[in-house]
Amino acid sequence: MSTSKFGEYGGQYVPEALMPAVEELADAYERYVRGNEDGFMDEFRRRLRDFGGRPTPLQHAEQLSARYDSEVYLKREDLLHGGAHKLNNALGQVLLAKYMGKERIVAETGAGQHGTATAMAAAHLGMPCEVYMGERDINRQRPNVFRMRLNGTEVNPVTVGRGTLKEAINETMRDWATNVEDTHYVIGSVVGPHPFPRMVRDFQSVISEEAREQVKEQAGGLPDSVVACAGGGSNTMGAFHEFVDDADVDLYAVEAGGSSLDVDEEAGVAPNSASLSTGDEGVLHGARTKLLQDTDGQVMESHSVSSGLDYAGVGPELAHLVDEERVTPVNVGDDAALEAFHRLSQEEGIIPALETAHAFAFAHEHPEQLGDVTVINVSGRGDKDLESVIEESAERDLAAAPDMDAFAGDGL
Amino acid sequence: MSRIDEAFADGPAFIPYLAVGDPDYESSKAYVEALARGGADVIELGLPFSEPVAEGPTIQGAVTRALDAGMTPDRYFEFVEELDVDVPLVCMTYYNLIYQYGSEEGPRPFVERAAEAGIEGFVVPDLPAEEADPLREACDDHGLDLVFIVAPTTEGERLERIMAQVSGYVYVQARLGVTGARDDVSGQTDEALARLEAWDVPKAVGFGIKTGEHAERIVAGGADGIIVGSALVDIVAAGHETDRPVDEVATDLEAKARELAEGAAAGYEQRVPEPEHT
Ligand SMILES: Cc1ncc(COP(=O)(O)O)c(C=O)c1O
Repeated sequence: MSTSKFGEYGGQYVPEALMPAVEELADAYERYVRGNEDGFMDEFRRRLRDFGGRPTPLQHAEQLSARYDSEVYLKREDLLHGGAHKLNNALGQVLLAKYMGKERIVAETGAGQHGTATAMAAAHLGMPCEVYMGERDINRQRPNVFRMRLNGTEVNPVTVGRGTLKEAINETMRDWATNVEDTHYVIGSVVGPHPFPRMVRDFQSVISEEAREQVKEQAGGLPDSVVACAGGGSNTMGAFHEFVDDADVDLYAVEAGGSSLDVDEEAGVAPNSASLSTGDEGVLHGARTKLLQDTDGQVMESHSVSSGLDYAGVGPELAHLVDEERVTPVNVGDDAALEAFHRLSQEEGIIPALETAHAFAFAHEHPEQLGDVTVINVSGRGDKDLESVIEESAERDLAAAPDMDAFAGDGL
Repeated sequence: MSRIDEAFADGPAFIPYLAVGDPDYESSKAYVEALARGGADVIELGLPFSEPVAEGPTIQGAVTRALDAGMTPDRYFEFVEELDVDVPLVCMTYYNLIYQYGSEEGPRPFVERAAEAGIEGFVVPDLPAEEADPLREACDDHGLDLVFIVAPTTEGERLERIMAQVSGYVYVQARLGVTGARDDVSGQTDEALARLEAWDVPKAVGFGIKTGEHAERIVAGGADGIIVGSALVDIVAAGHETDRPVDEVATDLEAKARELAEGAAAGYEQRVPEPEHT
């Protein structure tokens, strides 16, 4: 059996009512995901291909390569069905729930991207689904709310706290505790109690499995670095996993530096979501990990211009790999991410998710750290972010942004 | 015999819960003392945590009010020290606060401080038996009890694991889900009590108990105690929302406590006495 810990991190810190479900899931994970019982993994791979559109390309980015003096390859998870890497995990978990005989799916979502992926997978596999989403995130990501509802999923607004991902996870755990006998909780990242962090990583590792082969073929060898943005850390772990044993490949997890790395202890607010860079060890949502908290251990409200990175915790395996110095945590601020959003849109014809834009902002700020060959994981596309990018850009003086007044309707 | 054991020694235990600092420090003290006057045998004092995943909206509201009013672990311990009550006190909180307390890593500094303040035991809803060794050891060293929750889904090996760790009483969760007052008493309770029958530790039933009549039924059905939170927090919340004077709210809490304690006692009367062992 795989252990529930990554060094000191991980574990199963959940209410007793959930423990049998978590144990049942750990058992199903061993049998179906690791053991391919009943051909589960074969079916998963087949559906990822036919429904999901895998493999995704590894694209050589010409403008970026010239600009950064590094051969830049983009792993195009934005081309996966639904527009983000989230489908890898959502499809895996909904299918697993089916194999386990569950009858109902619940999920939380921040950017709405995981909720959308889960809604799609649930519709595809014929499972009823409910998604919890913070009210603030509902306002930031309306297109995804529409998509979920169009797929037949019920979206439940969460109003407590700041109405972001942390609160949505709490609420989904409550639903799960109430309906645990027939319901599976499709958690959206490599967070939560064991076996979620391992299982979600396994479903997402298809990213690095493909990328590793593709880069060898196209660049003639392994990359010098892999760069991915980290909210909970699922696209990060997915992009890193198959490279972890390649000691010469540098792994950069790019967090949201928000508006500042400082925190306001008094107000219980961190103006960033940089738990790997600035957090302390603690217990949140079922796992011991690094998190943003005050000296008493109260979890802080986090901030990022991108709702998918706006979370006070991070996956336990990523926290462990940072302690082991295998993964380098870095961060970039809101403004740099917005700049990168515009730059990539104009120079490469790719409109990235605001989450993904953080990875590009890091490459822009530190091209010298990329080495000769780098893989940047394009975790998702930015269609969902258009409204907030237009609004946020108008409030700032961004060199790369087009004339924001023109978006008002006249002067186009 | 610990003071918590003694509370179960003659007759059923009535165990109320309030979040400490709800809606503010001084009112909260008056409310806890009112519960003692109303007949509490043990009191569960909630130390507010920002992520109360096992709680329903009522207690979550209480926790939010208390945190907004400035409650912290240190203020909590001062509160316990200042309380004028003569019943054993159990600290109900989440593991992160226990783990973070003090300069040293791990649960020990928190347990030491709690023991010094006069706490007799802990309930930690997000700490299953599998992860509880460090806290259990610190509790043993200070003679404190560690209460575990048994859910309707807890069976077989898990039950054994919990029973090997538990002391003071076992918290029998009456229904699946989160805390909150209900208008009925779940049939899951009877099944749970039957499953625990062979275990020699007091069984206190909680989650959803609202009235003296509920208390009576549950104790008549075999429970050694009842735990009531949301129905009491509702009184605090209503008082806060309508700006009622603290002493009036306290009087209501005392009356509600008496109703519940008397209900439990009445249920005990109805139980078939166990045959004397000779
Ligand atoms: C496109 C995209 N990238 C990244 C993330 C961050 O999540 P994770 O760190 O788990 O990949 C999200 C989350 O919603 C997302 O939508």
